[in-house]
Amino acid sequence: MIKILEIIGEYFLFLWRVFSRPEKWHEFFKKLIYEMNAMGVGSLLIVSIVAITMGSVITIQTALQIESSWVPTWTVGFTVRTSVIMELCPTIISLLLVGNLGSRITSEIGSMRVTEQIDDLEVMGINSASFLVLPKIIASLIVNPILIVISIFFALLGGYVTVLLTGVVSAFDFIDGLTSFFRMYDVYYALTKTFVFAFVISTVCSFFGYRIEGGALELGEANTKGIVVASFVVLVLNLVITQIML
Amino acid sequence: MIEVNEVSKYFGEKKVLKHISTVFEEGKVNLIIGRSGSGKTVLMKCLVGLLSPEEGAVLYDGRDFHRLSADAKKMLRSEMGMVFQGAALFDSLTIQENVMFPINMLQKDKSDEEKLERVNLCLKRVDLENANHLYPAELSGGMKKRAAIARAIACNPKYLFCDEPNSGLDPKTALIIDQLIIEITHEYGITTIVNTHDINSVITIGESISFIYEGNMEWRGNKDNVLISDNELLNDFIFAQPLTQKIRDLS
Repeated sequence: MIKILEIIGEYFLFLWRVFSRPEKWHEFFKKLIYEMNAMGVGSLLIVSIVAITMGSVITIQTALQIESSWVPTWTVGFTVRTSVIMELCPTIISLLLVGNLGSRITSEIGSMRVTEQIDDLEVMGINSASFLVLPKIIASLIVNPILIVISIFFALLGGYVTVLLTGVVSAFDFIDGLTSFFRMYDVYYALTKTFVFAFVISTVCSFFGYRIEGGALELGEANTKGIVVASFVVLVLNLVITQIML
Repeated sequence: MIEVNEVSKYFGEKKVLKHISTVFEEGKVNLIIGRSGSGKTVLMKCLVGLLSPEEGAVLYDGRDFHRLSADAKKMLRSEMGMVFQGAALFDSLTIQENVMFPINMLQKDKSDEEKLERVNLCLKRVDLENANHLYPAELSGGMKKRAAIARAIACNPKYLFCDEPNSGLDPKTALIIDQLIIEITHEYGITTIVNTHDINSVITIGESISFIYEGNMEWRGNKDNVLISDNELLNDFIFAQPLTQKIRDLS
């Protein structure tokens, strides 16, 4: 228990170092653009594929569950939209990003630690935590919500294409359901979750990469720890935010 | 001049450095020698501030490094250059960009032309002017070390630290690196501290030598008296290899 508290304390001290003024704004923006490109473009394909299949599956499952003459068929579109916006995309895609972006962040920072590149920055008098991690956090806060919005679009598109191909409900009823009783608050709720999850993914995974002591073996261990802890925190915060906002 | 006064460092219960005191002389190549695990790297990390000693002080021209304010520490660090054991070049940058990096970050008042001129000068000094467009992964071990030296001297440091600069290099390349270190030290009047267990370095560039054994400062001297010392621990270390034993027997 003391060990866990020590690590939590270390994490907040790490954040304190990360959130300091960048040494040089030009270098900061250069790194920010690089990170946004690497994170966004690098994750777009996998996010789109997962979103399309998720939208298709949830459409078929919902249509099969409410096969009753008492329930109007537009309910399928409505349920798919609500599930996709409020839970599936923000949470499942964020968990996917823990594996994709999170492991990339831990590996990159961890290998810099192992090969003494971080020590080199410190000897130069550069705040290595801020220099390396802050652009990743800001990039993640910008890119992750965009990825989630794109994934929502693809999930709904996947559902629509499934409806066209399988005919589980009519395309007209599906679109009718998608556009019925739309609440903007659902989108705010989804984006709030995404922002919080983006912060957790980038900071937790950076933290585990930054504190590595040792070599390749420890790098692998840190990667696993980073992914497990970030996933756990994302799931717990999902519950907390849902309780607060709904 | 760098003075180390009664420095002790603990890792948990283990005392790795035991009241180490020594002096690193200005404008000379100062070696820290000793067996693996004797505390050389820990001492060097205490010197550059990567580790803080629990006891004692590290004085740079009278300034106690570990008790300086954050800003003063940063200022002092801008006077340091360091060559790490594995070169620690940034993988995503070319050699030219690697050497440019500390200039960009620390010498904000220089124009782009001045910066480029300095980078080219440093690369030329280490014979890497034709490798400026290459990435670290494309370089040999010796070239990486030379690139690391170019980056370490890019901001005209007053103090140069080299952590085992010859590790993993063949004897001929190691000699080139040693030669480069001693030439640069004298050319720019740098105070250089080299951490090594390479006997060739000891007898070629050791203008001042501090021998550490199990965290204790055992012996101080230079390359002229290192081979004729009566310190048994030092002799065990210097004449450990069959080749050096043979030379001693022959002489």
